[in-house]
Amino acid sequence: MKRLRRLEEYLFRFLMGLSLVIVLGSLMLILGTMLWRGLPSLSLAMLTQVPKGGYYLGEEGGILNAIVGSLCLAGGATLLALLLSLPVAIYLHTYAGCSRAAHLVRLAMDVLWGIPSIVYGAFAFTIMLWIGLRASLLGGIIALACLELPIIVRGMDEAFRLIPSALSEASYALGATRFETATRILLRQATAGLLTAVLLAFGRGIGDAASVLFTAGYTDRLPDSLLRPVASLPLAVFFQLGTPFPAVQQRAYAAGLVLTVIVLTLSVVARWLSRRLMHHVVR
Amino acid sequence: MERRLAFRRLTDRLAGCSTTALSAATSLLAVAIGLVLLARAWPILTTRPLGELLLSTTWKPLQNAFGYYPFIMGTLCVTGVAMVIAVPICLLTAVYLAEYAPRRVYAVVKPLIDVSAGIPSVIFGIWGVIMVVPFVQRIASSEIGRSLSRLPFFQIDNPTGYSVLAGGIVLAIMVFPVIISVAEEVIRAVPVGLREASWALGASRWETIKYVVLRHAAPGVLAAVILGFSRAFGETMAVMMVVGNVPQVPRSLFDAAYPLTALIANSYGEMMSIPLYDAALLGAALLLLVVVLLFNLSARLVLMRIARYG
Repeated sequence: MKRLRRLEEYLFRFLMGLSLVIVLGSLMLILGTMLWRGLPSLSLAMLTQVPKGGYYLGEEGGILNAIVGSLCLAGGATLLALLLSLPVAIYLHTYAGCSRAAHLVRLAMDVLWGIPSIVYGAFAFTIMLWIGLRASLLGGIIALACLELPIIVRGMDEAFRLIPSALSEASYALGATRFETATRILLRQATAGLLTAVLLAFGRGIGDAASVLFTAGYTDRLPDSLLRPVASLPLAVFFQLGTPFPAVQQRAYAAGLVLTVIVLTLSVVARWLSRRLMHHVVR
Repeated sequence: MERRLAFRRLTDRLAGCSTTALSAATSLLAVAIGLVLLARAWPILTTRPLGELLLSTTWKPLQNAFGYYPFIMGTLCVTGVAMVIAVPICLLTAVYLAEYAPRRVYAVVKPLIDVSAGIPSVIFGIWGVIMVVPFVQRIASSEIGRSLSRLPFFQIDNPTGYSVLAGGIVLAIMVFPVIISVAEEVIRAVPVGLREASWALGASRWETIKYVVLRHAAPGVLAAVILGFSRAFGETMAVMMVVGNVPQVPRSLFDAAYPLTALIANSYGEMMSIPLYDAALLGAALLLLVVVLLFNLSARLVLMRIARYG
């Protein structure tokens, strides 16, 4: 009986170790595969040129249009989402307190977080049809901003939550209004957390393909106007992988590697930044 | 001085009103999305009985036949396979991270899992095309595959590798971080006193986990699984690249499938020309939204309760 119990303990410990290896192993396998298949076809020309005639048949050119396009899309969307979400986060921490309304807003944000990006895409596309906007940078920005909004709000919410309540209480005791406390105490204290939230949302935005598929379209030119279609990295990967030419598929791997590097860098910088800037914050 | 104070109070009031209004508006975004999709899907919802839409297997937009059944089954099969693979692995990993992991291991593993949550779905898709699809193809053409194919759900009629199984594997890896991080948090929230009581009765660590911790954490763990499910349910790009996109009801792991998300993404270009077509596609989006909303809402309510009452 005792041996059986011990056996069970060891068996499950072994299974846990095995699952951990599977989880980490699959992650490493993905990153390793991207490096192994992407690096050989990555070149300077790919990063600095726009597609030339016959690019999708395997001739000269690069994916600069997609890189710049993605940065514009995600940058614009993050800016828009930031403008919308900062007031919400401030509301959650100064005006709402622990009320029922605050719980409801948090619940709504969590639920929004779970909505698939293709649904955001379909929603934004419908709105664009109604206001007469065609696939464009602006359309993509609207769709991505919806997608990023809950991520930023929840990130900021966490950042504000780390601030000791004594700080805002001290500010109230000195006669500051809630608005003044929010802008001069809370925002300053939470800068690191806010920046982390913004970077993470930017990373989500730059990697999302399904929501920009209808709304931003695709083009071989660099983005020049808010009302024209714009290319994006995930779609560049997707379209190039869909062609029947091995040379173009190789470039899809390289584009995928570029995207992975951008996203991972953002994520690592965000984490490093939050730890670094935390040192200057009163706890 | 008096006027300055009045001004400051006015600013405060204005800021309060505007932030409240904005919060309410963004919170209602989910409802707004639902209403907009409903409005666009209305023509097809009113002209056809819901039963026919959901259960008919013919999808021929040119002949005005719109049956979602093959696509719903495609989504369910791929998601189901993903969950069968992901749930045991994720729960064991979450238990390990919450109960066994030494601090140093945790400090390395946890950030890695968090980072992997941010990898774009297209990357998972490429990886699926490079590694998983050939892997499934090799199984399908090997001796093992041939002996497996006598079993139900394992027949091999499709040797390409673009299949439910490939989609399931890719999706499973995509939902790892979601399930692991939520489940780990829930398991950690179980009061230490409960564990100590169990240890004091002579239970081993695993027995404590099995009889005390997991039982106490069950609702939260279920919520974690549901969140993973709804993430997998709505995933588009990665699945679309590896499941083959053949509109049929999959009968076997090696059959190709055509999930709802892929249907929307693939057909948007052609939907303008045919009447009712875009209504049908936005109806599919509405269906996705409703399912995901219900799942998410119930999971979040459970998690909120746990956070509040411990």
